[in-house]
Amino acid sequence: MNWAWIDSQWPTIWQEFGQHVWLSVLPVLIGLLLSIPIGALAHRYGWLRPPLVTLAGLTYTIPSLALFVVLPGLLGTKILDPINVVVALTLYTVALLVRTVADALDTVPDDVRQAALAMGYRPVRQLLAVDLPVAAPVIGAGVRVATVSNVSLVAIAALIGVPQLGSLFTQGFQEDFATPIIVGIVGCLVLALVLDLLIVLAIRLLTPWQRAGRIGRRGRSAAAAELAEVVGPAEVIG
Amino acid sequence: MITFDAVSKRYPDGTVAVNELTMEIPSGSTTVLVGPSGCGKTTSLRMINRMIDPSAGRILIDGTDVTAVPASRLRRGIGYVIQNAGLFPHRTVLDNVATVPVLTGTPRAAARREAAALLERVGLDPALGRRYPAQLSGGQQQRVGVARALAADPPILLMDEPFSAVDPVVRTELQDELLRLQADLGKTIVFVTHDIDEAIKLGDRLAILAVGGRLAQFAAPSQVLAAPADDFVAGFVGRDRGYRALSFTAGDGIAVRPEPTIRIGDVPTGADWLLVTDDDGHPRGWVDAAAHPGGTPVAEADLRLGGTLLGPGGSVRTALDAALSSPSGRGVAVDADGRVTGSIRAADVFAVAERTARDEPGEPPVPAPAVLSKDRPA
Ligand SMILES: Nc1ncnc2c1ncn2[C@@H]1O[C@H](COP(=O)(O)OP(=O)(O)OP(=O)(O)O)[C@@H](O)[C@H]1O
Ligand SMILES: [Mg+2]
Repeated sequence: MNWAWIDSQWPTIWQEFGQHVWLSVLPVLIGLLLSIPIGALAHRYGWLRPPLVTLAGLTYTIPSLALFVVLPGLLGTKILDPINVVVALTLYTVALLVRTVADALDTVPDDVRQAALAMGYRPVRQLLAVDLPVAAPVIGAGVRVATVSNVSLVAIAALIGVPQLGSLFTQGFQEDFATPIIVGIVGCLVLALVLDLLIVLAIRLLTPWQRAGRIGRRGRSAAAAELAEVVGPAEVIG
Repeated sequence: MITFDAVSKRYPDGTVAVNELTMEIPSGSTTVLVGPSGCGKTTSLRMINRMIDPSAGRILIDGTDVTAVPASRLRRGIGYVIQNAGLFPHRTVLDNVATVPVLTGTPRAAARREAAALLERVGLDPALGRRYPAQLSGGQQQRVGVARALAADPPILLMDEPFSAVDPVVRTELQDELLRLQADLGKTIVFVTHDIDEAIKLGDRLAILAVGGRLAQFAAPSQVLAAPADDFVAGFVGRDRGYRALSFTAGDGIAVRPEPTIRIGDVPTGADWLLVTDDDGHPRGWVDAAAHPGGTPVAEADLRLGGTLLGPGGSVRTALDAALSSPSGRGVAVDADGRVTGSIRAADVFAVAERTARDEPGEPPVPAPAVLSKDRPA
């Protein structure tokens, strides 16, 4: 481990870290926004679901390097343009999340859906105000997977020369020098952990009712425990 | 008035859930759709607010075809309550109740204020408004469901087996609460159940449906019990229908005999059961003078708690139950304040029941106050 090298390269490493952050986060945001309507369609129209889910699965199997190389030709962008990376990772995110969104909407209890319909919600407002909030915990879990997956996929873009933490791997490999590789790995790990933590926090903030339910149950069992002390355990059945 | 005009529903798989249903559901009263599982009750109910579209026929509300307005607008004017309440888990109780007013443009703060008042109205502590549905019991959730359906003050309330997922004690409470609310509100309620007892208790009218979506009888509960339209209805209302019909006969004609009473601390004499009251004349229980140690005063612990009570407006069924559930064999009659007025004997109750059955086979009188709590002592 060459600490002096890290010290001297710090501004570059920091810049690459920043680059890595937005290259992995932006596609998740765009991908999520795209997946919600597509997933909702797959959920609503049963016949759309198998083709969409299959297409998503196939998209995910395209090697990322191939996509990075092919996209400039399709989009008319330069090979070094970070847009290629954003588009490619957005595709992967959509591929992961379409199915998650459709599955998450399946978890909305039928009672809740019927009640919303009977109250006079129109479809789009029902999706935004009832279905998505209720499905949020499941969608959130999918977003965590997509984000961590993106952090590692971004690194591959170093092979086509888009600078970010992955550049440290190519550099270390070319120069047969371990330090940049270790720094790159640690950087990716830290980034993945921090982003994951932020998402978990966001989910908690968005779904206070989930914890309320748990607090409620704990509250009731605490009350039952108190009761057990007063009347003896045999009487407390429920 | 809700009019079904030759309405049929055939599902894509060929199942005929409702077949040429024609009926008129009167406004301001409760009509119960009752029948065995799969006879098309839910389908019929959901065609009223267009959650399901009929394959043939028309449904009119006060003469206007339900398809005349957009479905979402129609639904906002019709309350709907389902079996497991179907509360939105991500919204507080208060926001659940405020759903429809907010949808129709009421400012959220105002909608919440009204929601809190409504909670009280359905018998809930407004402090529960801050909780999430998962923090309520099943019975409480169901009450919130009713409050939510009432929030926009719709003239029509559709209820699909709203009380069938709670235990019998809570179910009785919820039924009584609905009767109380309805006495105040006078909504047009269409209530679905497969429980004939619930139907008789809540319904001003019963629509008895047979499998295949055929309307077998549409009549007042008393009439259904006294004169079932066919074998299917007779079988469905069951063997107890003669006994159940007693709910619709006023107990006024039953002889109330004087009943001597004593108080706690008095020394019982004689060899019969004695009725013990408090200082205001409210019944406390019975004491068996024959079994009581001679010369000792009656204590709280000596009391055999009595059975049910017959109050003013009580039915023959209530009277019979009061007599049969009393340890002395004498049912306790009380006035409106719950003070003992005397006692009734099963033989006298039978005499009245027999006379009514003979005199008015088709149309036993329905005592007005008894509609509120037909099966409970007043
Ligand atoms: N979406 C559907 N597709 C096909 N058949 C259906 C559908 N919904 C209901 N049915 C059938 O239509 C008939 C009536 O159903 P419905 O739900 O109206 O009955 P119900 O009287 O409410 O029964 P329950 O008391 O069990 O709730 C049943 O035979 C049922 O299987
Ligand atoms: Mg049903």
